[in-house]
Amino acid sequence: MTAVAAPRLSRRLGEGAFLAFCWIATLVAIVALAAILWSLLQQGIGGFLKPGGGGLDPNLFTRSTPAPGSEGGLLNAIVGSLMMCVAAMIGAVLIGFLAGTWLSEYARESHYGKVIRFLNDVLLSAPSILVGLFIYEILVAPLKGFSGFAGAVALALIAAPVITRTTEDVLKLQPTALREASVALGAPVWKTIFDVIWKSARGGMLTGALLAFARISGETAPLLFTSLNNQFLSFDMTKPTANLPVVIFNFALSAYDDWRRLAWAGALLIAVTVLSVTVVARILAREKASA
Amino acid sequence: MTAAADTPPAVPAAPRARSAEGAGFDRVFEVLCFGAATFLLLALGGIVVSLVIGGWPAFARFGPGFFTSAEWDPVQEIFGASGAIAGTLISSALALLFALPLSFGIAIFLVELCPPVLRRPIGTAVELLAGIPSIVYGMWGLFVFAPWFARRVQMPIMMSAEPGSLWETITAGVPNGAGILTASIILAIMILPFIAATMRELLLTIPPQVRESAYGLGSTTFEVIRKVSLPYIRTGAIGAVMLGLGRALGETMAVTFIIGNAHGFPTSIFASGSTIASTIANEFAEAPPGLHSASLIALGLVLFIITFTVLALARLLIGRQANL
Repeated sequence: MTAVAAPRLSRRLGEGAFLAFCWIATLVAIVALAAILWSLLQQGIGGFLKPGGGGLDPNLFTRSTPAPGSEGGLLNAIVGSLMMCVAAMIGAVLIGFLAGTWLSEYARESHYGKVIRFLNDVLLSAPSILVGLFIYEILVAPLKGFSGFAGAVALALIAAPVITRTTEDVLKLQPTALREASVALGAPVWKTIFDVIWKSARGGMLTGALLAFARISGETAPLLFTSLNNQFLSFDMTKPTANLPVVIFNFALSAYDDWRRLAWAGALLIAVTVLSVTVVARILAREKASA
Repeated sequence: MTAAADTPPAVPAAPRARSAEGAGFDRVFEVLCFGAATFLLLALGGIVVSLVIGGWPAFARFGPGFFTSAEWDPVQEIFGASGAIAGTLISSALALLFALPLSFGIAIFLVELCPPVLRRPIGTAVELLAGIPSIVYGMWGLFVFAPWFARRVQMPIMMSAEPGSLWETITAGVPNGAGILTASIILAIMILPFIAATMRELLLTIPPQVRESAYGLGSTTFEVIRKVSLPYIRTGAIGAVMLGLGRALGETMAVTFIIGNAHGFPTSIFASGSTIASTIANEFAEAPPGLHSASLIALGLVLFIITFTVLALARLLIGRQANL
């Protein structure tokens, strides 16, 4: 019995240690998430309130970024971020849907298709700061000026591979019979794709677009030297444009308390936006999967 | 699909003309789709070409010395990349060291151990960790984590280090919390959900029969994972790790906040350092056109080559394993 019992004990110990480790690893991730969200809420809500106490600070959404020591809000940054993200998404959706369609419907296993698919996957996780450098070289330096437009192009270039990938994946899931049925009814291929394939895959395509939006709305690195920043409210995208991530970056690293307060408020604003868009996208994807 | 399928569909009264309405647009649409796909290829090509052209003056001026020198002096216009390259590689390697066991543990937990009720909430929590923007990690790292880390971890370790020992050398530095090790820990938290998610997908591709037969032979969970599951997904798992490494190498904002941004070759894990991405983020907007900005773009090219190699390997390995 003892000859059997010895290995059994070490096996049981190994098993116990291993299971404990897996539990602890998961716990570490959850504690990290909770700690980040907790400080974000604590500090961020402090930024939403009036400095001296007494309710919400309306300046946050009605006034532009202040000089140190004076009152102000984040209006120009919020407006600038929205303009750039919307402009970027229009371009990225157009490119992503079409490129994803080409990969799924036309290229399939062709050699060129494989190359594009591979490079798109690399582009998907390429450092975003390099995209910023690239746009600086082709748009900012030749035109001799930072612009919101350049920032939007940089963001579009980050969002497009995400949309391409998800579009291709959901289109591939559509049954071949669907395509055959449509073509057999006499529909041209583009109509089959537009009215049948895209229609049946729209939930997944929308999820991809939402995830891409979540990704770019927090992106900072590519905007640092494309859109730069702007102290004032401006709707002109040919000029430097204020945006939340760069304002947060500048204000957080400043020595002024009221600037840091605004940085935390901005960080909370971005995180809530990104996380809620992500959750909505996931719920959409799940509903689609279970339907 | 029972009775209806057996009866033949009604024959159309009179077939219409063969050429369908709007068939002429087919070609146009295909070209549009092809153009969009090619645009992505051109974008990646454009990144490479612009980095090579922009960085060329730096390579031409410093030659191989650009990679070996650690001197970074914008005033005298002397630029060497080895400090930033070393900072990038060291911080990413340390991040991987922390993230690897944790993300394996999480993936195994989610697949093998998690009570079904908790599976979705925990899965979502890990996904949310991946969704938090880099700049938020940076602020949290600098204002919340670094002070705590300095007080609770850095100080005791530095106090207990024996004078003159190697341990004292690699833990030397200013105990303000900002530095290479802090950056690595934050990076580890950031890449952990990506590795865990890919690992989890890979574990789910293992046929249940394979695992169940191992359990049937009396294996413990640990033995099934170690001797059956991990060997089964080995190639893809290496790919998943490389994918995480690729992210860590190129991560910019969080690192810029907490690595301390000191040029030169890092000698201690608590010392301030810099990475390629943080150097570019800090200096590029203010760099005058000329050698300084060319050197920063050259750094960008180095980063591109490193990450491209890592990501390409990752995709090849994962792609061979499963369609992820």
